[in-house]
Amino acid sequence: MEEKDNKKESLYLKLMPYIEKYGILLLLVLMILVMHILQPDVFLSWRNVTNVFKQISWQSMLALGVFMVIVTAGIDLSVGSIMMLSLMVLAIVAKAGAPWFIVVITPLIAGFLCGLFNGAGITLLRMPHPFIMTLGTLYIFRGTGNLISGGTPISGFTDEVRYLGHGRIDLTWLGLEKSQYLPVSLVLIAVVYIIFWFFLNHSRTGKWIYAIGGNPSAARASGINVNKILIIVYSLCGFLSGIGALILAGRTDSGYPNAGLQSELDAIAACIIGGASFFGGRGTVLGVFAGVMIMGILRNGLNLMDVSSFWQQVLIGSIIVIAVYIDVLRRDLGTRK
Amino acid sequence: MSIFTNPLLEAKGITKYFGTITALENVDLKVHAGECLGVVGDNGAGKSTLMKVLSGLYKPSAGSLYFQGKEEILESPKDSQNLGLEMVYQDLALAGNLPIGENIFLGREPTKNVGFLKFLDFNKIKELTNAHLGKLKINVKSADQKVEELSGGQRQAVAIARSTAFNAKVVIMDEPTAALAIKEVGKVLDLINSLKKTGVGVIVISHRMDDIFSVCDRVMALFQGTNFAESELSNTSRDEVIGWIMGKK
Repeated sequence: MEEKDNKKESLYLKLMPYIEKYGILLLLVLMILVMHILQPDVFLSWRNVTNVFKQISWQSMLALGVFMVIVTAGIDLSVGSIMMLSLMVLAIVAKAGAPWFIVVITPLIAGFLCGLFNGAGITLLRMPHPFIMTLGTLYIFRGTGNLISGGTPISGFTDEVRYLGHGRIDLTWLGLEKSQYLPVSLVLIAVVYIIFWFFLNHSRTGKWIYAIGGNPSAARASGINVNKILIIVYSLCGFLSGIGALILAGRTDSGYPNAGLQSELDAIAACIIGGASFFGGRGTVLGVFAGVMIMGILRNGLNLMDVSSFWQQVLIGSIIVIAVYIDVLRRDLGTRK
Repeated sequence: MSIFTNPLLEAKGITKYFGTITALENVDLKVHAGECLGVVGDNGAGKSTLMKVLSGLYKPSAGSLYFQGKEEILESPKDSQNLGLEMVYQDLALAGNLPIGENIFLGREPTKNVGFLKFLDFNKIKELTNAHLGKLKINVKSADQKVEELSGGQRQAVAIARSTAFNAKVVIMDEPTAALAIKEVGKVLDLINSLKKTGVGVIVISHRMDDIFSVCDRVMALFQGTNFAESELSNTSRDEVIGWIMGKK
């Protein structure tokens, strides 16, 4: 009897990490299947699939940044505003006639500096919670973006500037049709996510980010410079928002005042759906990607089925609550109390 | 024996003020290699403050620390770690979301170079962890198990393993058995005894007379931030030590 229990427990222990790691992918596959059954002709067509990836391209950058912050048990509410400010800086620099290679790095630098400002405020000014600092900068950055642009859209960028968000990789050499191209933004998502997966899982700094989320006093007692790591995390989050701005510039060909409005909430939702814990230390890059995809597919699928956007809001909200409830149940089983 | 004439770690005249409060006044302490010193005292007697001074978390207002006969100034916990002075905190200071191995090497992870990039060497972490846990006779299912899945006693064992993974010379333990179930206490005390055999100097802060009398060689009592009494364990009794804690000689 005892042996049987041991066997059961060891099987459980062996399966647990896989369920924790890949469970969210099951949900994603399930959703894709359901959408495919509901819209068999359209949903999995080349055109629609690339369209989904183009739609989630900039959100996926914000979500990845917010994810790293959430792993440290923090929160960044300002990513949408950082993206808008970076976009406006890009637009102004582009309109001033700067060469394209200058224009494309300006949003990255602007985003990084915004993130650095957040990180410095949280650590050096000893703000009681990152929520407060980034709530402040949510207003500050968007206000600054409107101040420098006069609150009006600035449109028209060169093709080089638009390449990451709008570019197409021709696949006719593979025998595919002209319409079956690969969006550059899809390649960019893959590259950025793989780099950050390596960073978070295989570098010391990445391990320390998880350690800070797990137990900040343990991290401190281990000689880790917690403040330095937090500043790095918020700066990278800003940097990723800057990449988001560059993609958005390509997609819309315009810097506009409402860019990224409320997108910080989408980013947080994607992380939560993807299994990141608000208490820090838990979650995977793959999970965030699945979270972003789930939100993107849901929106896309409901649009295809002509469901009103009001229902989309209700559904996304429900998925957040259900996903976290499943997580709560799973955690009850997984750890000792 | 010569090791008993030269203490491994010695603190002389340690004084610590917090504003107008005197937490420690002129406190002396020493510990030799392979010896276990018990530090007792009532709440607020200054035990934890003294330990934080020894681990570099607090800077003393006055007094000096000697490590292997040489005066040292500790600016941060990193400095004390570099000397081989390790601390096991009462709250254990482990990250529950990380596996055992990564907790043991947290902040000091072995890496391997791939081109100009440095990656964590997970194989080496696992190898070193298994070897180290084996040496201390700590049984866990796997070095990959997350700490949050362990029992209190296993966590305490991991915390002690962590403190000794880098050739520690002195290990300071703050209430190592306070949070444990009774059957787990024995295992942790055995672990302390095996540490002593490897030549490590151990300082144990504890309220439990059973702990003090089963692992310590010497006991010192703090009372209101000062040295109150000190004795070889063989020359004293439980009742006497309990009297010291309450300020009676």
